[in-house]
Amino acid sequence: MAANKIRVATTSLAGCFGCHMSFLDIDERLLELLEHIEFDRTPLTDIKQCGPCDIGLIEGGVCNAENVHVLKEFRKNCKILIAMGACAFNGGVPALRNHYSLKDCLEESYLQGVGVVNPLIPNDPEIPLLLNKVHPIHEIVKIDYFLPGCPPSGDAIWTFLNELLAGQEISLPYQAIHYD
Amino acid sequence: MQLEEQTITIDGQKIPFQSGQTIMDAALAAKIYIPHLCYHPEFKPHGSCRLCTVMVNGRYESACTMPSVAGQEILNNTKELNENRRALTQMLFVEGNHICPGCPKTGNCQLQAVAYYVGMLSSHYQHFYPYRDLDPSHPDYVVDFNRCILCELCVRASRDVDKKNIFAISGRGIKAHLIINSPSGKLEDTDFAVGDKAAFVCPVGAILRKRTRYTTPIGERLYDKQSIRIVGDSQQLHAGATKYGRK
Repeated sequence: MAANKIRVATTSLAGCFGCHMSFLDIDERLLELLEHIEFDRTPLTDIKQCGPCDIGLIEGGVCNAENVHVLKEFRKNCKILIAMGACAFNGGVPALRNHYSLKDCLEESYLQGVGVVNPLIPNDPEIPLLLNKVHPIHEIVKIDYFLPGCPPSGDAIWTFLNELLAGQEISLPYQAIHYD
Repeated sequence: MQLEEQTITIDGQKIPFQSGQTIMDAALAAKIYIPHLCYHPEFKPHGSCRLCTVMVNGRYESACTMPSVAGQEILNNTKELNENRRALTQMLFVEGNHICPGCPKTGNCQLQAVAYYVGMLSSHYQHFYPYRDLDPSHPDYVVDFNRCILCELCVRASRDVDKKNIFAISGRGIKAHLIINSPSGKLEDTDFAVGDKAAFVCPVGAILRKRTRYTTPIGERLYDKQSIRIVGDSQQLHAGATKYGRK
Protein backbone atom coordinates (compact mmCIF):
# COMPACT_ATOMS: atom_id res chain seq x y z
CA MET A 1 0.00 0.00 0.00
CA ALA A 2 1.51 3.30 -1.09
CA ALA A 3 1.92 5.60 1.87
CA ASN A 4 0.46 8.88 0.67
CA LYS A 5 -2.29 7.77 -1.61
CA ILE A 6 -5.97 8.32 -0.87
CA ARG A 7 -7.70 4.96 -0.63
CA VAL A 8 -10.99 4.71 -2.50
CA ALA A 9 -13.59 1.95 -2.49
CA THR A 10 -16.62 1.76 -4.77
CA THR A 11 -19.60 -0.54 -5.04
CA SER A 12 -22.86 -0.90 -6.94
CA LEU A 13 -25.79 -1.96 -4.77
CA ALA A 14 -29.28 -1.86 -6.32
CA GLY A 15 -28.00 0.00 -9.36
CA CYS A 16 -27.32 -0.83 -12.99
CA PHE A 17 -23.55 -0.15 -12.96
CA GLY A 18 -24.30 2.92 -15.09
CA CYS A 19 -22.63 5.18 -12.52
CA HIS A 20 -19.53 3.01 -12.64
CA MET A 21 -19.59 3.19 -16.43
CA SER A 22 -19.84 6.96 -16.10
CA PHE A 23 -16.91 6.87 -13.67
CA LEU A 24 -14.91 5.12 -16.40
CA ASP A 25 -16.00 7.92 -18.75
CA ILE A 26 -13.34 10.10 -17.16
CA ASP A 27 -11.20 8.10 -19.62
CA GLU A 28 -7.46 8.75 -19.58
CA ARG A 29 -7.89 11.09 -16.61
CA LEU A 30 -8.22 7.86 -14.62
CA LEU A 31 -4.43 7.52 -14.95
CA GLU A 32 -4.00 11.01 -13.52
CA LEU A 33 -6.41 10.14 -10.73
CA LEU A 34 -4.43 6.99 -9.96
CA GLU A 35 -1.40 9.15 -9.11
CA HIS A 36 -3.39 10.41 -6.13
CA ILE A 37 -5.61 7.47 -5.23
CA GLU A 38 -5.52 3.73 -5.04
CA PHE A 39 -8.49 1.42 -5.13
CA ASP A 40 -9.62 -0.87 -2.35
CA ARG A 41 -12.82 -2.87 -2.83
CA THR A 42 -14.33 -2.01 -6.20
CA PRO A 43 -15.60 -3.89 -9.26
CA LEU A 44 -12.39 -2.66 -10.95
CA THR A 45 -10.07 -4.53 -8.57
CA ASP A 46 -12.44 -7.36 -7.71
CA ILE A 47 -11.41 -7.10 -4.04
CA LYS A 48 -14.32 -8.64 -2.13
CA GLN A 49 -14.03 -6.98 1.28
CA CYS A 50 -13.64 -3.30 2.06
CA GLY A 51 -10.66 -2.36 4.23
CA PRO A 52 -10.02 1.02 5.89
CA CYS A 53 -10.51 3.71 3.25
CA ASP A 54 -10.67 7.45 2.89
CA ILE A 55 -13.49 7.63 0.36
CA GLY A 56 -16.36 5.28 -0.44
CA LEU A 57 -18.47 5.76 -3.56
CA ILE A 58 -21.85 4.05 -3.45
CA GLU A 59 -23.96 3.49 -6.52
CA GLY A 60 -27.53 2.24 -6.17
CA GLY A 61 -30.10 2.04 -3.44
CA VAL A 62 -30.69 -0.84 -1.06
CA CYS A 63 -32.97 -3.67 -2.21
CA ASN A 64 -31.73 -6.77 -0.38
CA ALA A 65 -30.03 -7.95 2.82
CA GLU A 66 -26.60 -8.11 1.17
CA ASN A 67 -26.89 -4.45 0.06
CA VAL A 68 -27.50 -3.45 3.68
CA HIS A 69 -24.51 -5.50 4.83
CA VAL A 70 -22.17 -4.01 2.19
CA LEU A 71 -23.40 -0.48 2.86
CA LYS A 72 -22.72 -0.86 6.58
CA GLU A 73 -19.29 -2.32 5.81
CA PHE A 74 -18.51 0.75 3.71
CA ARG A 75 -19.75 3.14 6.38
CA LYS A 76 -17.61 1.40 8.97
CA ASN A 77 -14.47 1.55 6.83
CA CYS A 78 -14.76 4.80 4.87
CA LYS A 79 -14.08 8.21 6.35
CA ILE A 80 -16.17 9.90 3.65
CA LEU A 81 -19.14 8.17 2.08
CA ILE A 82 -20.61 9.48 -1.16
CA ALA A 83 -24.01 8.63 -2.65
CA MET A 84 -23.50 8.51 -6.41
CA GLY A 85 -26.45 8.61 -8.79
CA ALA A 86 -30.23 8.65 -8.77
CA CYS A 87 -30.77 5.23 -7.13
CA ALA A 88 -28.57 6.01 -4.14
CA PHE A 89 -30.35 9.38 -3.99
CA ASN A 90 -33.98 8.19 -3.81
CA GLY A 91 -34.12 4.54 -4.80
CA GLY A 92 -34.36 5.40 -8.49
CA VAL A 93 -35.89 3.09 -11.05
CA PRO A 94 -35.65 -0.03 -8.79
CA ALA A 95 -37.87 1.84 -6.29
CA LEU A 96 -40.69 1.73 -8.85
CA ARG A 97 -41.33 -1.76 -7.44
CA ASN A 98 -42.26 -0.14 -4.12
CA HIS A 99 -45.76 0.28 -5.54
CA TYR A 100 -46.27 -3.45 -5.46
CA SER A 101 -45.93 -6.09 -2.80
CA LEU A 102 -42.79 -8.20 -2.97
CA LYS A 103 -44.96 -11.28 -3.50
CA ASP A 104 -46.62 -9.70 -6.55
CA CYS A 105 -43.22 -8.70 -7.98
CA LEU A 106 -41.79 -12.20 -7.60
CA GLU A 107 -44.88 -13.87 -9.02
CA GLU A 108 -44.94 -11.52 -11.99
CA SER A 109 -41.25 -12.12 -12.70
CA TYR A 110 -40.95 -15.85 -12.09
CA LEU A 111 -44.42 -17.36 -12.39
CA GLN A 112 -46.73 -15.32 -14.60
CA GLY A 113 -44.28 -13.26 -16.65
CA VAL A 114 -44.30 -13.37 -20.44
CA GLY A 115 -42.12 -16.19 -21.76
CA VAL A 116 -41.44 -17.82 -18.38
CA VAL A 117 -40.53 -21.50 -18.63
CA ASN A 118 -40.32 -23.79 -15.57
CA PRO A 119 -42.04 -21.24 -13.33
CA LEU A 120 -40.35 -21.23 -9.93
CA ILE A 121 -39.49 -18.47 -7.46
CA PRO A 122 -35.74 -18.83 -6.73
CA ASN A 123 -35.04 -19.61 -3.07
CA ASP A 124 -31.43 -20.76 -3.03
CA PRO A 125 -29.90 -19.86 0.36
CA GLU A 126 -27.02 -18.10 -1.45
CA ILE A 127 -29.39 -15.56 -3.00
CA PRO A 128 -29.70 -12.51 -0.73
CA LEU A 129 -33.17 -12.01 0.69
CA LEU A 130 -35.05 -9.14 -0.90
CA LEU A 131 -36.30 -6.30 1.25
CA ASN A 132 -39.98 -5.42 1.10
CA LYS A 133 -39.09 -2.00 -0.31
CA VAL A 134 -36.13 -0.42 -2.08
CA HIS A 135 -34.59 2.38 -0.01
CA PRO A 136 -32.15 5.21 -0.72
CA ILE A 137 -28.90 4.75 1.19
CA HIS A 138 -29.29 7.81 3.41
CA GLU A 139 -32.12 5.96 5.17
CA ILE A 140 -29.63 3.28 6.32
CA VAL A 141 -26.35 5.08 7.10
CA LYS A 142 -25.04 8.62 7.33
CA ILE A 143 -23.95 9.96 3.94
CA ASP A 144 -21.42 12.77 3.68
CA TYR A 145 -21.88 13.86 0.05
CA PHE A 146 -24.48 13.37 -2.66
CA LEU A 147 -23.80 13.45 -6.37
CA PRO A 148 -27.14 13.03 -8.17
CA GLY A 149 -27.64 12.09 -11.82
CA CYS A 150 -28.71 9.07 -13.83
CA PRO A 151 -25.81 8.77 -14.14
CA PRO A 152 -23.77 11.77 -13.04
CA SER A 153 -21.55 12.62 -16.01
CA GLY A 154 -17.91 11.59 -16.10
CA ASP A 155 -17.02 15.26 -15.94
CA ALA A 156 -19.18 15.77 -12.84
CA ILE A 157 -17.52 12.79 -11.12
CA TRP A 158 -14.08 14.05 -12.15
CA THR A 159 -14.72 17.59 -10.88
CA PHE A 160 -16.29 16.26 -7.70
CA LEU A 161 -13.37 13.95 -6.87
CA ASN A 162 -10.76 16.57 -7.76
CA GLU A 163 -12.30 19.21 -5.52
CA LEU A 164 -12.79 16.69 -2.73
CA LEU A 165 -9.15 15.53 -2.98
CA ALA A 166 -8.00 19.17 -3.02
CA GLY A 167 -9.93 19.81 0.17
CA GLN A 168 -12.07 22.44 -1.53
CA GLU A 169 -15.74 23.12 -1.08
CA ILE A 170 -17.39 21.24 -3.94
CA SER A 171 -18.95 23.51 -6.48
CA LEU A 172 -20.36 22.08 -9.68
CA PRO A 173 -21.74 24.11 -12.60
CA TYR A 174 -25.54 24.20 -13.07
CA GLN A 175 -25.54 21.68 -15.89
CA ALA A 176 -23.51 19.13 -13.92
CA ILE A 177 -26.27 18.61 -11.33
CA HIS A 178 -29.32 16.82 -12.67
CA TYR A 179 -31.63 14.11 -11.35
CA ASP A 180 -32.16 12.31 -14.66
CA MET B 1 -51.52 66.21 -9.11
CA GLN B 2 -49.03 63.60 -10.16
CA LEU B 3 -49.12 60.48 -8.04
CA GLU B 4 -45.79 59.44 -6.66
CA GLU B 5 -44.76 55.98 -7.86
CA GLN B 6 -45.38 53.38 -5.19
CA THR B 7 -42.47 51.06 -4.44
CA ILE B 8 -41.54 48.05 -2.35
CA THR B 9 -38.00 46.90 -1.63
CA ILE B 10 -36.91 43.32 -2.33
CA ASP B 11 -33.42 42.37 -1.14
CA GLY B 12 -32.45 46.03 -1.18
CA GLN B 13 -33.77 46.66 -4.70
CA LYS B 14 -36.60 49.18 -5.02
CA ILE B 15 -39.30 48.07 -7.45
CA PRO B 16 -42.55 49.74 -8.48
CA PHE B 17 -45.98 48.16 -8.12
CA GLN B 18 -49.53 48.93 -9.10
CA SER B 19 -52.44 48.85 -6.68
CA GLY B 20 -53.85 45.36 -6.36
CA GLN B 21 -50.59 43.59 -7.25
CA THR B 22 -49.24 41.00 -4.88
CA ILE B 23 -45.57 40.90 -3.97
CA MET B 24 -45.19 38.03 -6.46
CA ASP B 25 -46.83 40.03 -9.28
CA ALA B 26 -44.58 43.02 -8.63
CA ALA B 27 -41.47 40.84 -8.35
CA LEU B 28 -42.16 38.98 -11.61
CA ALA B 29 -42.84 42.26 -13.43
CA ALA B 30 -39.43 43.46 -12.20
CA LYS B 31 -37.85 40.15 -13.27
CA ILE B 32 -37.06 39.12 -9.71
CA TYR B 33 -37.47 35.37 -9.23
CA ILE B 34 -39.31 34.15 -6.15
CA PRO B 35 -39.49 30.33 -6.15
CA HIS B 36 -43.03 29.00 -6.50
CA LEU B 37 -44.99 25.95 -7.62
CA CYS B 38 -48.69 26.60 -6.95
CA TYR B 39 -48.61 30.15 -8.29
CA HIS B 40 -49.60 30.94 -11.87
CA PRO B 41 -50.21 34.54 -12.98
CA GLU B 42 -53.47 33.65 -14.70
CA PHE B 43 -55.15 32.19 -11.62
CA LYS B 44 -56.24 33.35 -8.22
CA PRO B 45 -53.31 32.65 -5.88
CA HIS B 46 -53.54 29.61 -3.68
CA GLY B 47 -50.70 30.14 -1.20
CA SER B 48 -50.34 26.45 -0.45
CA CYS B 49 -46.89 25.35 -1.57
CA ARG B 50 -45.21 27.92 0.69
CA LEU B 51 -42.13 28.07 -1.50
CA CYS B 52 -42.66 31.76 -2.15
CA THR B 53 -42.50 32.55 1.55
CA VAL B 54 -40.56 35.78 1.97
CA MET B 55 -39.83 38.00 4.95
CA VAL B 56 -42.04 41.11 4.86
CA ASN B 57 -41.14 43.72 7.46
CA GLY B 58 -39.80 40.93 9.66
CA ARG B 59 -42.70 38.48 9.22
CA TYR B 60 -43.02 35.37 7.06
CA GLU B 61 -45.62 35.86 4.32
CA SER B 62 -46.37 34.05 1.07
CA ALA B 63 -45.46 36.43 -1.74
CA CYS B 64 -48.24 35.15 -4.01
CA THR B 65 -51.04 36.11 -1.60
CA MET B 66 -49.56 39.15 0.18
CA PRO B 67 -50.63 42.46 -1.37
CA SER B 68 -47.86 44.92 -2.15
CA VAL B 69 -48.00 47.89 0.20
CA ALA B 70 -45.79 50.95 -0.29
CA GLY B 71 -42.63 50.84 1.76
CA GLN B 72 -42.55 47.11 2.45
CA GLU B 73 -39.05 45.83 3.18
CA ILE B 74 -38.89 42.32 1.76
CA LEU B 75 -36.20 39.66 2.02
CA ASN B 76 -36.34 36.97 -0.66
CA ASN B 77 -33.05 35.47 -1.80
CA THR B 78 -31.50 34.84 1.62
CA LYS B 79 -29.66 31.79 2.90
CA GLU B 80 -32.27 31.13 5.57
CA LEU B 81 -35.29 31.41 3.26
CA ASN B 82 -33.63 29.27 0.60
CA GLU B 83 -32.79 26.62 3.20
CA ASN B 84 -36.45 26.56 4.24
CA ARG B 85 -37.40 26.26 0.58
CA ARG B 86 -34.99 23.38 0.16
CA ALA B 87 -36.57 21.54 3.10
CA LEU B 88 -40.06 22.12 1.63
CA THR B 89 -38.90 20.82 -1.75
CA GLN B 90 -37.37 17.74 -0.13
CA MET B 91 -40.66 17.07 1.64
CA LEU B 92 -42.51 17.30 -1.68
CA PHE B 93 -40.07 14.78 -3.16
CA VAL B 94 -40.43 12.20 -0.37
CA GLU B 95 -44.20 12.58 -0.11
CA GLY B 96 -44.85 11.41 -3.67
CA ASN B 97 -43.03 9.11 -6.07
CA HIS B 98 -40.69 11.37 -8.00
CA ILE B 99 -38.35 9.08 -9.91
CA CYS B 100 -36.87 11.58 -12.38
CA PRO B 101 -35.07 9.07 -14.65
CA GLY B 102 -38.42 7.35 -15.25
CA CYS B 103 -40.50 10.48 -15.81
CA PRO B 104 -41.21 11.95 -19.26
CA LYS B 105 -41.43 15.45 -17.75
CA THR B 106 -37.82 15.39 -16.59
CA GLY B 107 -35.96 18.51 -17.69
CA ASN B 108 -39.22 20.40 -18.09
CA CYS B 109 -40.43 19.81 -14.54
CA GLN B 110 -40.83 22.78 -12.26
CA LEU B 111 -40.45 20.75 -9.07
CA GLN B 112 -37.11 19.52 -10.38
CA ALA B 113 -36.13 23.03 -11.49
CA VAL B 114 -36.96 24.55 -8.10
CA ALA B 115 -34.97 21.73 -6.47
CA TYR B 116 -31.98 22.61 -8.67
CA TYR B 117 -32.43 26.28 -7.79
CA VAL B 118 -32.44 25.68 -4.03
CA GLY B 119 -29.45 23.34 -4.31
CA MET B 120 -31.18 20.11 -3.33
CA LEU B 121 -28.57 17.33 -3.49
CA SER B 122 -30.46 14.72 -1.49
CA SER B 123 -34.02 14.03 -0.46
CA HIS B 124 -32.82 14.00 3.19
CA TYR B 125 -36.07 12.69 4.69
CA GLN B 126 -37.46 9.19 4.72
CA HIS B 127 -39.42 8.40 1.58
CA PHE B 128 -43.12 7.59 1.92
CA TYR B 129 -43.33 5.63 -1.35
CA PRO B 130 -47.12 5.98 -1.28
CA TYR B 131 -49.23 3.69 -3.38
CA ARG B 132 -50.90 5.85 -6.01
CA ASP B 133 -52.58 4.95 -9.23
CA LEU B 134 -51.99 5.79 -12.85
CA ASP B 135 -54.88 6.66 -15.14
CA PRO B 136 -54.04 6.06 -18.81
CA SER B 137 -57.73 5.78 -19.82
CA HIS B 138 -57.97 9.01 -21.82
CA PRO B 139 -56.96 8.69 -25.51
CA ASP B 140 -54.70 11.78 -25.40
CA TYR B 141 -53.64 12.26 -21.79
CA VAL B 142 -52.27 10.19 -18.94
CA VAL B 143 -52.69 11.16 -15.28
CA ASP B 144 -49.97 9.84 -12.97
CA PHE B 145 -51.08 10.52 -9.42
CA ASN B 146 -47.65 9.50 -8.12
CA ARG B 147 -46.26 12.85 -9.18
CA CYS B 148 -49.06 15.15 -8.05
CA ILE B 149 -47.92 17.85 -5.61
CA LEU B 150 -51.44 19.16 -4.87
CA CYS B 151 -50.78 22.63 -6.33
CA GLU B 152 -54.40 22.69 -7.55
CA LEU B 153 -53.48 24.44 -10.80
CA CYS B 154 -55.44 21.85 -12.81
CA VAL B 155 -58.33 22.23 -10.36
CA ARG B 156 -58.33 26.00 -10.82
CA ALA B 157 -57.85 25.83 -14.60
CA SER B 158 -60.65 23.32 -15.08
CA ARG B 159 -63.02 25.19 -12.78
CA ASP B 160 -62.24 28.81 -13.62
CA VAL B 161 -61.22 28.70 -17.29
CA ASP B 162 -62.55 25.48 -18.84
CA LYS B 163 -65.72 25.58 -16.68
CA LYS B 164 -65.62 21.78 -16.50
CA ASN B 165 -64.71 21.02 -12.87
CA ILE B 166 -62.87 17.88 -13.86
CA PHE B 167 -60.29 17.85 -11.07
CA ALA B 168 -60.56 18.24 -7.31
CA ILE B 169 -58.57 17.55 -4.18
CA SER B 170 -60.18 15.05 -1.83
CA GLY B 171 -59.20 14.08 1.71
CA ARG B 172 -57.37 16.03 4.35
CA GLY B 173 -53.80 16.39 5.55
CA ILE B 174 -51.59 13.53 4.53
CA LYS B 175 -54.58 11.83 2.88
CA ALA B 176 -55.22 14.73 0.50
CA HIS B 177 -55.12 13.55 -3.10
CA LEU B 178 -56.17 14.51 -6.60
CA ILE B 179 -59.42 13.01 -7.86
CA ILE B 180 -61.19 13.08 -11.20
CA ASN B 181 -64.82 14.09 -11.30
CA SER B 182 -66.52 11.26 -13.19
CA PRO B 183 -68.66 8.31 -12.06
CA SER B 184 -65.78 5.91 -12.71
CA GLY B 185 -63.10 8.30 -11.45
CA LYS B 186 -61.40 7.87 -14.83
CA LEU B 187 -60.38 10.69 -17.13
CA GLU B 188 -61.90 8.98 -20.18
CA ASP B 189 -65.36 9.45 -18.66
CA THR B 190 -64.99 13.24 -18.46
CA ASP B 191 -65.12 15.78 -21.27
CA PHE B 192 -61.43 16.60 -20.78
CA ALA B 193 -60.04 17.68 -24.15
CA VAL B 194 -56.71 18.49 -25.75
CA GLY B 195 -57.29 22.26 -25.85
CA ASP B 196 -58.28 22.56 -22.19
CA LYS B 197 -56.34 24.99 -20.04
CA ALA B 198 -56.10 22.26 -17.41
CA ALA B 199 -54.09 20.23 -19.91
CA PHE B 200 -51.26 22.77 -19.89
CA VAL B 201 -50.82 23.91 -16.30
CA CYS B 202 -49.38 20.91 -14.47
CA PRO B 203 -45.94 21.98 -13.17
CA VAL B 204 -44.85 18.33 -12.72
CA GLY B 205 -45.36 15.09 -14.64
CA ALA B 206 -48.85 14.32 -13.28
CA ILE B 207 -50.89 15.33 -16.35
CA LEU B 208 -49.05 14.45 -19.54
CA ARG B 209 -49.97 14.52 -23.21
CA LYS B 210 -49.50 11.12 -24.80
CA ARG B 211 -47.16 10.50 -27.75
CA THR B 212 -45.39 13.86 -27.47
CA ARG B 213 -43.40 13.24 -24.36
CA TYR B 214 -40.00 12.55 -25.88
CA THR B 215 -40.13 14.96 -28.81
CA THR B 216 -37.42 17.04 -27.11
CA PRO B 217 -34.46 14.85 -26.13
CA ILE B 218 -33.34 14.72 -22.51
CA GLY B 219 -30.42 17.10 -22.16
CA GLU B 220 -32.02 19.71 -24.43
CA ARG B 221 -35.00 20.52 -22.28
CA LEU B 222 -35.95 23.78 -20.61
CA TYR B 223 -34.15 23.32 -17.30
CA ASP B 224 -31.31 21.12 -18.56
CA LYS B 225 -29.16 24.09 -19.41
CA GLN B 226 -30.55 27.09 -17.58
CA SER B 227 -31.99 27.78 -14.18
CA ILE B 228 -35.70 28.41 -13.65
CA ARG B 229 -34.59 31.77 -12.27
CA ILE B 230 -33.70 32.71 -15.84
CA VAL B 231 -36.11 30.79 -18.06
CA GLY B 232 -39.24 30.87 -15.89
CA ASP B 233 -42.17 28.49 -15.60
CA SER B 234 -42.57 25.51 -17.92
CA GLN B 235 -46.37 25.40 -17.92
CA GLN B 236 -46.62 28.95 -19.18
CA LEU B 237 -44.37 28.11 -22.10
CA HIS B 238 -46.53 25.12 -22.95
CA ALA B 239 -49.65 27.26 -22.74
CA GLY B 240 -48.17 29.69 -25.22
CA ALA B 241 -48.52 32.42 -22.61
CA THR B 242 -45.90 35.03 -21.88
CA LYS B 243 -42.84 34.17 -19.89
CA TYR B 244 -42.83 35.51 -16.38
CA GLY B 245 -41.55 39.03 -16.10
CA ARG B 246 -43.09 40.12 -19.37
CA LYS B 247 -46.58 41.44 -19.00
